[in-house]
Amino acid sequence: MVASAPNMARQVLDATDIKRAVTRITHEILEKNRNSDDLVLIGIPTRGDELAARIAAKMSEVEGKTISFGSLDITMYRDDLRMRPARGLEPTSIPEDIDGKVVVLVDDVLMSGRTIRAALDALNDHGRPRAVQLAVLVDRGHRELPIRADFVGKNLPTSMSERVQVRLSLTDDADDSVTITGGEE
Amino acid sequence: MKHLLSTRDLSREDATLILDTAQELLAVAERPVKKLPTLRGRTIVNLFYEDSTRTRISFEAAAKRLSADVINFSAKGSSVSKGESLKDTALTLQAMGADAVVIRHSASGAPHLLAESQWMRGAVVNAGDGTHEHPTQALLDAFTMRRHLGELDGKNIVIVGDVLHSRVARSNAYLLSTLGANVTLVSPPTLFPVGIETWPVATSYNLDASLESADAVMMLRVQNERMNASFFPSAREYSRRYGLNAQRVAKLAEHAIVMHPGPMNRGMEITADVADSDRSVIVEQVTNGVAVRMAVLYLLLSGSQTPEAIES
Repeated sequence: MVASAPNMARQVLDATDIKRAVTRITHEILEKNRNSDDLVLIGIPTRGDELAARIAAKMSEVEGKTISFGSLDITMYRDDLRMRPARGLEPTSIPEDIDGKVVVLVDDVLMSGRTIRAALDALNDHGRPRAVQLAVLVDRGHRELPIRADFVGKNLPTSMSERVQVRLSLTDDADDSVTITGGEE
Repeated sequence: MKHLLSTRDLSREDATLILDTAQELLAVAERPVKKLPTLRGRTIVNLFYEDSTRTRISFEAAAKRLSADVINFSAKGSSVSKGESLKDTALTLQAMGADAVVIRHSASGAPHLLAESQWMRGAVVNAGDGTHEHPTQALLDAFTMRRHLGELDGKNIVIVGDVLHSRVARSNAYLLSTLGANVTLVSPPTLFPVGIETWPVATSYNLDASLESADAVMMLRVQNERMNASFFPSAREYSRRYGLNAQRVAKLAEHAIVMHPGPMNRGMEITADVADSDRSVIVEQVTNGVAVRMAVLYLLLSGSQTPEAIES
């Protein structure tokens, strides 16, 4: 028998990489949606909302006008509520009427796609956007639903036994980073 | 947390989780679609052995906003009037697959009996039992205070009136002191229950002396239906010494709010002009009640606490 390997944390993105990724995603969103007037950025707590705020700030800087952003809690729409202990809710703040707007959902890690499925349902109860797009910082594969991201910070092929941990300065009170832990040899 | 029977069972963390959850759920009433899919396929029975308007409607609205199926049961016009026992009613509900029972009963302890018996497996929510407790009312009161006064640590809450018969007073006394508030109960000597000295509250017979430092004043209904002895000489005397009128409201601090769990006896414990004044948050209490009950039902029903349920 071989002793299991220690859980080494590998850092894949540092603060500079994340900043670059946010800048690139910002430009890609603007490139795809010529008119930024209709854009609303909505992040999924707990880290998607911080990313949405960063992208909105960057975009406001580039466009020279204020781009609105908000957050959308999806807890009540999850499909695994009956399998896990009840949990508290995160804040939802939709900045304006989203009817007819282009909503860009923002999340930190995309994996199964179930969070995004829940977010689409939740969004539906707030209005009818003209289009919904998806921006994620990390796409680690392993999709369980037919969902894909329009804007990806980094594609990160991982195994199911690994854990991807995103840290952002405001949410985690630590330097920005993306690390992978676990995984078998 | 499997049942909600008494505010004495709630730790500060539990209570804060319920209030924080209610805070987020309050916004659901503002949305185009005032419904969440969370409790789809769950059945909640409102088992009301005692009359109630706002509590029953509030629980029904809360359950429906979470997409649960609601069965309303009131003792009048049911087999209870044919003499069916609580046990047999509970067995019936279990057989029908009730996931939660919201019970109001004139006998103190009925919800405990239901929760501790093996008659049914669902969650039990106490919606008022006799003169014992009414936990969701206390939670919505605390929620309303928190919205107006901020965190309740060190806040002075004065609860006035028929403490003896009031399940609202008891539930509030324990919940508010758990949340760090200083609670003063004001009542005529005849309307304090035996053992009041063991409650985590201060007591007084003098309303005027307690008003100046109060952050919130909660008036209790004089429960005429439970007044089987002469607790005070006349309604007029009660109203003069313990009723809230405009002169007394003038003594309150500017930020202080006036509350009442309803239904009000206008002119008895509270005058109509005070009840309708801008200091009064009585109507807001009703709105907040739905959000707080949604939070309670969500936290009791949505997750699974048992490992075997996860596997199944």
